[in-house]
Amino acid sequence: MATSHEVSTKPDAIKLDAESAKKLQGIAIGVAVVGVILAAAGYVTDPHRLAFSYLTGFLWITTIALGGLFFVIIQHLTKAGWSVAPRRHMEWLSGALPACALLFLPIVLFSHDIYHHWMSAEAAHDEILQKKAGYLNPTFFYVRAAIYFGIWIFLASYFAGRSREQDKSGDRKLTEKMQNLAPPATLLFGLSITFAGFDWLMSLDPHWYSTIFGVYVFAGAAVSSLSMLALINIGLQRAGLLHKISNVEHRHDIGKLLFGFIVFWAYIGFSQFILIWYANIPEETLFYRHRWEGNWKVVSMVLLFGHFVIPFLVLLSRHAKRHYTVLGGAAVWMLVMHYLDLYWLVMPTLDHHGAHFSWIDLGGLLAPVGVAAVLIARLAASGHLYPIKDPRLPEAAAVQNI
Amino acid sequence: MKADLLAEFETPEALLAAVEELYRRGYRVLDAFTPYPVHGLEQALRLPRSKLPWLVLPFALGGGGGCYGLQAYLNGWDYPLDVGGRPPHSAPSFVPISFEMMVLATALMGVLIFFALCKLPELHHPIFEVEGFAGASQDRFWLGIDGRDPALKRGTTEALLASLGASRVAWTGETAKAAETSEAVKKPTEAAEEVPGAVTKEEPS
Repeated sequence: MATSHEVSTKPDAIKLDAESAKKLQGIAIGVAVVGVILAAAGYVTDPHRLAFSYLTGFLWITTIALGGLFFVIIQHLTKAGWSVAPRRHMEWLSGALPACALLFLPIVLFSHDIYHHWMSAEAAHDEILQKKAGYLNPTFFYVRAAIYFGIWIFLASYFAGRSREQDKSGDRKLTEKMQNLAPPATLLFGLSITFAGFDWLMSLDPHWYSTIFGVYVFAGAAVSSLSMLALINIGLQRAGLLHKISNVEHRHDIGKLLFGFIVFWAYIGFSQFILIWYANIPEETLFYRHRWEGNWKVVSMVLLFGHFVIPFLVLLSRHAKRHYTVLGGAAVWMLVMHYLDLYWLVMPTLDHHGAHFSWIDLGGLLAPVGVAAVLIARLAASGHLYPIKDPRLPEAAAVQNI
Repeated sequence: MKADLLAEFETPEALLAAVEELYRRGYRVLDAFTPYPVHGLEQALRLPRSKLPWLVLPFALGGGGGCYGLQAYLNGWDYPLDVGGRPPHSAPSFVPISFEMMVLATALMGVLIFFALCKLPELHHPIFEVEGFAGASQDRFWLGIDGRDPALKRGTTEALLASLGASRVAWTGETAKAAETSEAVKKPTEAAEEVPGAVTKEEPS
């Protein structure tokens, strides 16, 4: 039930045409090559800075992939009917998680540099860190990372694998299987992303702690992955590949979810801030003090307005969420803001008293993004554009917003 | 919308088809009563989008902004208190209350404006006297044509509705006459049960 200007009798495309598939993979490989060269140059110039830049870039693409996994799990958990096509696109994003595991290896190599506050020899003399050593020690840190990636890769490949199997057989039991795994998968996902947030981001300043921090990282993952989903949907619709199973109504629904998670991010971010601000305990307020020094103050304010106030006002209207350009523009904007959000979490550890943006940051971003994009592009180019034998296809095509 | 001539349909598809056909024949003031939202019905009836969001927006801004202003005036200027050495005008502490007041003003005014737009409360409406109309909240799909509709013609429109598959056709406020023209007259016991049911069910709300 598309609106009049999108009505077409042509069936949806099942696969990406060879030319677009080649182009997509070409772009991904191009980004990867440029990124790796830039990162290598950055390593030669300033390995210390590259380590932190790389962590930011690695987290940007990993949170997007994790947001994709979250979306897939939640659609099965709620037995959602509208999201059959978007689910496949999120399966592509979650398919980048094996690449993310590989991309974690440089973090392991850089770990004594990035996490020197608690990994260095001085930490042994720090009374607070001595108490935390049972959790915050290098060995357990690496073991935990292996567990997180084990959980994520298992879940991502289970859901994407069963979904691809259904493309061939059309077996309804596969849908039931995925639904059965969804509840424990939700728990595993929630715990693993929370502790990954603690390990990879919060431990940058090992004295500081915030119990809501994992939820904050998750909120960013949801916002960024939904932005990416909006762009994939818009791309496929504008190319005329999908117009029945994915139309203006689905675009509207994705817009609503994106809008909702933008508010959620602000709600969690403010909840973290207000408690620390109100309690006014030095070891807690230090985190915000670092991010209020020099031009970090500007970055903080840009996040407040750019990650919440402006997109909130832009996406408030129904018309905006259904509009190609407005939703697409907002999605690109939110992906930039998500990078800035991670930059704001990571880089004050390196750049005290003010932000110093550098070309090395670009290398740290493009190298992991390019490598993961090669995998995502391969999945998009080789598989079907939507689950072609999903039992909920008729329901998904008939979605309508009142 | 007064819905002077009513017609009952068994399925949402029949109702949708009837609405489209009536529109094609020049009927313009149509309404529908269904137990659940029927896909495509709003478009078929050519209903405009609700004005409610725009009417509520000023109250959202006023509730949030006004509450922030009140706190800023009271705590920051009129009667400053030193709370843990913070400046009298501390924006973070005003945010939760401003947010809550924005939600409260929006929700309350949303309900009140909605009632005003629907001209509620209305304690009695002749539409509920029509036999079988209680089915509109159960398993029947009713179509209403306003008396001011330019195409509405007593005598011919009833026949048109019947030809479109209406199982009952009735004028509001003319229960006795409706009974003659509708099929309900063949099932007096069922109709007799439904009418009191409609009154007792609708009145308490």
